[in-house]
Amino acid sequence: MKLLTTKLGFGYPGFPVGRDVGLTLEPGEVLCLLGPNGCGKTTLFKTLLGLIPKQSGQIRFDGHNLGDMPRRDVAKSVAYVPQAHDAVFPYSVLDMVVMGRTTHKGLFQGVGKADRDLAEQALNTLGITDLANRDYTRISGGQRQLVLIARALAQSAKLIIMDEPTASLDFGNQVLVLSEVRKLANSGLGIVFSTHNPDHAFACGTRVLVLDEGQTRAEGPPQTVLTPELLSSVYGVRIQVEVLSNGTCVCVPEFS
Amino acid sequence: MGERTKLIHSHIKLSAKQAIVLLGIFVVLLAVTATLIGPYPLSLGEVLAAFSRYILGETDPANSKINTVLFSVRIPRIAAALLVGAALSAAGTVYQGLFRNPLVSPDILGVSAGAGLGAALGIFLSLPIVAIQGFAFAGGMATVTLVYMVAIAVRGHEPTLVLVLAGVVVGSLAGACISLLKILADPYDQLPAIIFWLLGSLASIKSNDVWSAAPVVLLGLIPLVLLRWRMNLMTLGDEEAMALGIDPKRLRVLFIASATLITASVVAISGVVGWVGLVMPHIARLTVGPNFDRLLPTAMLMGAGYMLIVDTVARTMVETETPLGILTAFVGAPVFLWLLASGRRSW
Repeated sequence: MKLLTTKLGFGYPGFPVGRDVGLTLEPGEVLCLLGPNGCGKTTLFKTLLGLIPKQSGQIRFDGHNLGDMPRRDVAKSVAYVPQAHDAVFPYSVLDMVVMGRTTHKGLFQGVGKADRDLAEQALNTLGITDLANRDYTRISGGQRQLVLIARALAQSAKLIIMDEPTASLDFGNQVLVLSEVRKLANSGLGIVFSTHNPDHAFACGTRVLVLDEGQTRAEGPPQTVLTPELLSSVYGVRIQVEVLSNGTCVCVPEFS
Repeated sequence: MGERTKLIHSHIKLSAKQAIVLLGIFVVLLAVTATLIGPYPLSLGEVLAAFSRYILGETDPANSKINTVLFSVRIPRIAAALLVGAALSAAGTVYQGLFRNPLVSPDILGVSAGAGLGAALGIFLSLPIVAIQGFAFAGGMATVTLVYMVAIAVRGHEPTLVLVLAGVVVGSLAGACISLLKILADPYDQLPAIIFWLLGSLASIKSNDVWSAAPVVLLGLIPLVLLRWRMNLMTLGDEEAMALGIDPKRLRVLFIASATLITASVVAISGVVGWVGLVMPHIARLTVGPNFDRLLPTAMLMGAGYMLIVDTVARTMVETETPLGILTAFVGAPVFLWLLASGRRSW
């Protein structure tokens, strides 16, 4: 599954948010979306998922126009991992994950044993099998994020879009989630995720797109794109990029 | 996948199914018991004998009183109680899921009052029962649409509060219109009918009423049963539901129309019986969890049983009939306050 957008304009009726965004994502790649608050990351994601209509340009999945695809086909191609949220009702973790199977079922069809097996597999992949029968409302934020990723896996889409998967997670859980992102990409999935921490792009992004005021500031491999100059100008504070002895790049802000 | 987890999982599923079966048996036993109780007590033997005569088509003049009590009064009323309880609970379950809010119900949303206004208008115009049902549906549909639109328009505030308040406001507006109808109604004929019916009562139920409401309730239940799995996704909110591959906007309209149809068709025969549609889905959810597959039958059975108990109390406790709305409020209001006060973020 290949995602390609050309000259994409997105936003809400009478309120354009971004324009001229071109991005590509091949299987096995991780595209990290960076940008300051309010730059349009979430709106871009909603547009890529077909939740809101695009305003101009094109979005193609393997050459198919997103706008021409039925809802359920879109859901078979691309899965969405929202920020870990509070559910209103205490669904079990397994119920939550098995909901990802819906798009593969007929209109009047419920989920069956095969779907539950796939959901259990997804839980297993993320190492959270023991959560299966817990209430989604009674697990930690990090666990919820993993459950939502498991749901995306159960959806069997080739592409996963994650909206700030590390937001509101503690340091350990952030590392855990990013490691999973890397593993999933290695297994052949294409992943787009947004983050406020440029270190995450160095850690697991094969490519990075920097969005500023709705437009592409830079695009490419993190090591070449994320220069101190660019980061400083995007975030409005002075930022240095240091290379550690093991080759990892880290951002170090200068405190005034 | 550990064996242990699998075991626990199948155990939970089994116990939910068991709960439903047990509830079903309980409701049947209740219904049988209710046929015996009343101002004219019957023994189980008499009831069974009457049934076998009925099935064999025998007529026995000596037992005509038993037959009248059983087949013209008691059984229609028991059937109506079961139907009304199950219907209001089903509607409440759907509204709570759709509005993603365990504090809504047909009465809190003002649907019952709206349906009541429609039905009162039908009575006022001396229309036949089918037309009264139609008016009740139109009134209920108009109210839920209005309440939902108000809730959307003032988005940004605490959504639960807005929804409940909008329901109260629109509901009392419908109440005011009903009061107006009461003033205009014929004080000897229509007024008592409207008043007694507004408090909710099955006292004057006839088997015709049950036969006219039951098919409509079934009609409303069909989409809910067929699409029950998708109802679960609706509780996640529109964006997630869409991303998971369903069309929440169309489904919502269908589900709301179904729930409102169910509510209106029983409101047309029983009057406004509050609280059942709020409390029963909640207790059902505590028992079998929020999965609509199990929640819907559980809530319906609980509602049916509860309504039957309440109605049996209403017709036997004191000399005069106690309106149902009064009895259900005594149970429902404290539970609602408890829900509100406990202020849990998940249910």
